[in-house]
Amino acid sequence: MMAHWKITARLAACGLGIALVAAMPEGPSAGETADAASSAAVHIDNFSFTPPTLVVAPGTTVTWTNADDSPHTVREKDGNFKSAALDTDDTFTQTFTVPGEYQYFCSIHPYMTAKIVVKPGAKLSSSN
Amino acid sequence: MAEHDQKELLTAASVNRRGLLKCMAWAGTGVLWTVSGGVPRSLGLLGEAAAAETQTSGLTFLQISDSHVGFDKPANPNALGTFQEAIAKINAMPTSPAFIIHTGDITHLSKDKEFDDADQAMKALKQTVHVIPGEHDVADADNGKLYLDRYGKGTQGKGWYTFDAGGVHFIALINVFNFEPGFKSAGLAKLGDEQLEWLEKDLAGRSASTPIVVLAHLPLWTIYEQWGWGTEDAPRALGYLKRFGSVTVLNGHIHQIQQKVEGNVSFYTARSTAFPQPAPGSAPAPGPMKVPAEELHSVLGVRTVNYVPGKSPLAVIDTPLSA
Repeated sequence: MMAHWKITARLAACGLGIALVAAMPEGPSAGETADAASSAAVHIDNFSFTPPTLVVAPGTTVTWTNADDSPHTVREKDGNFKSAALDTDDTFTQTFTVPGEYQYFCSIHPYMTAKIVVKPGAKLSSSN
Repeated sequence: MAEHDQKELLTAASVNRRGLLKCMAWAGTGVLWTVSGGVPRSLGLLGEAAAAETQTSGLTFLQISDSHVGFDKPANPNALGTFQEAIAKINAMPTSPAFIIHTGDITHLSKDKEFDDADQAMKALKQTVHVIPGEHDVADADNGKLYLDRYGKGTQGKGWYTFDAGGVHFIALINVFNFEPGFKSAGLAKLGDEQLEWLEKDLAGRSASTPIVVLAHLPLWTIYEQWGWGTEDAPRALGYLKRFGSVTVLNGHIHQIQQKVEGNVSFYTARSTAFPQPAPGSAPAPGPMKVPAEELHSVLGVRTVNYVPGKSPLAVIDTPLSA
């Protein structure tokens, strides 16, 4: 599991990761996007990310929305993506093209953690 | 051990609530704290005259913290305004403090405009302001670049530094860059190896009789692990400080007064100038706490610290903004 993650992270870090940066239209290859859900949401409320685990297909754009009075950030643990501070009702979006498990946390309240799992063929789902 | 900690926390929380009520009852005055025989105790009400007398000897400096400039939510719709009020109060003090320290969370969202507004407000102060960042000051997408561009000049590593005043050695530590994400741990703050090695070197060769004042944004003792209110590698820093006769640690972050004495080390957290936060564990989360508007100024405040050479305890006086 750990080793697998590291490989994914390394791949992401060298080139494939470009696809992570933004929802650029050039990105995803044909097979990955055809039946993929195009968007998914994570709510930040009462100092937690909901759902704590979100499983999406490659090509999905995830939007985080902060409903708290307190600001939060979304930071992937190896730095693959990071938002600026999100004030109340601010959003952050990230498009996931590379399969893998992305653990992230709030850099202002580091005990807040969650993850995005990118899996080919996944229908939008979440678990606790 | 967990049970023991829990018990301690519950005690701390209830003491704090009691303390808070006391402070409210004392609105309009300062509260003088003194450390005697290793136990901090309140000397009670402080008239203006007594405050002036305390501050005329030795070194007096002032701590402000957690101004959260940019915050405009119900807990305080105008955090810049209450910061300016605090500054006006400092300027109106009968005895001017030698300098000011700001223990972090200058801004709320690390935005340029917020830093500009905070700087503009602090320009009204006659004294030098020594600042350290809180996690809210390094929450920009560039991991603190805005803060370091502004305040990092002449500092070491990621902004840490020392200075000396009145025979006291001040050490400004930064514990908002190396958080341990809470995947497998509590998600506490960290000082990091580079800073700890620098600290060890800085302290080596100093006389154990040098009074030390340490500044850090997050507490250097674990007040409430579940909310990340602590610093994971603080014990290493405190190990280097152990041989010194008088060590005072001044923190911000938790927006309320908590204190503890361990050996020769006294720990204090300060009030915010912006909004209060709940006592440890007394709410589901540590967010801004809304109190009735007429009570807000009694839970915000500034702190003066007086050091008289030859006597090891530093007198710490917390003054609510309503005073």
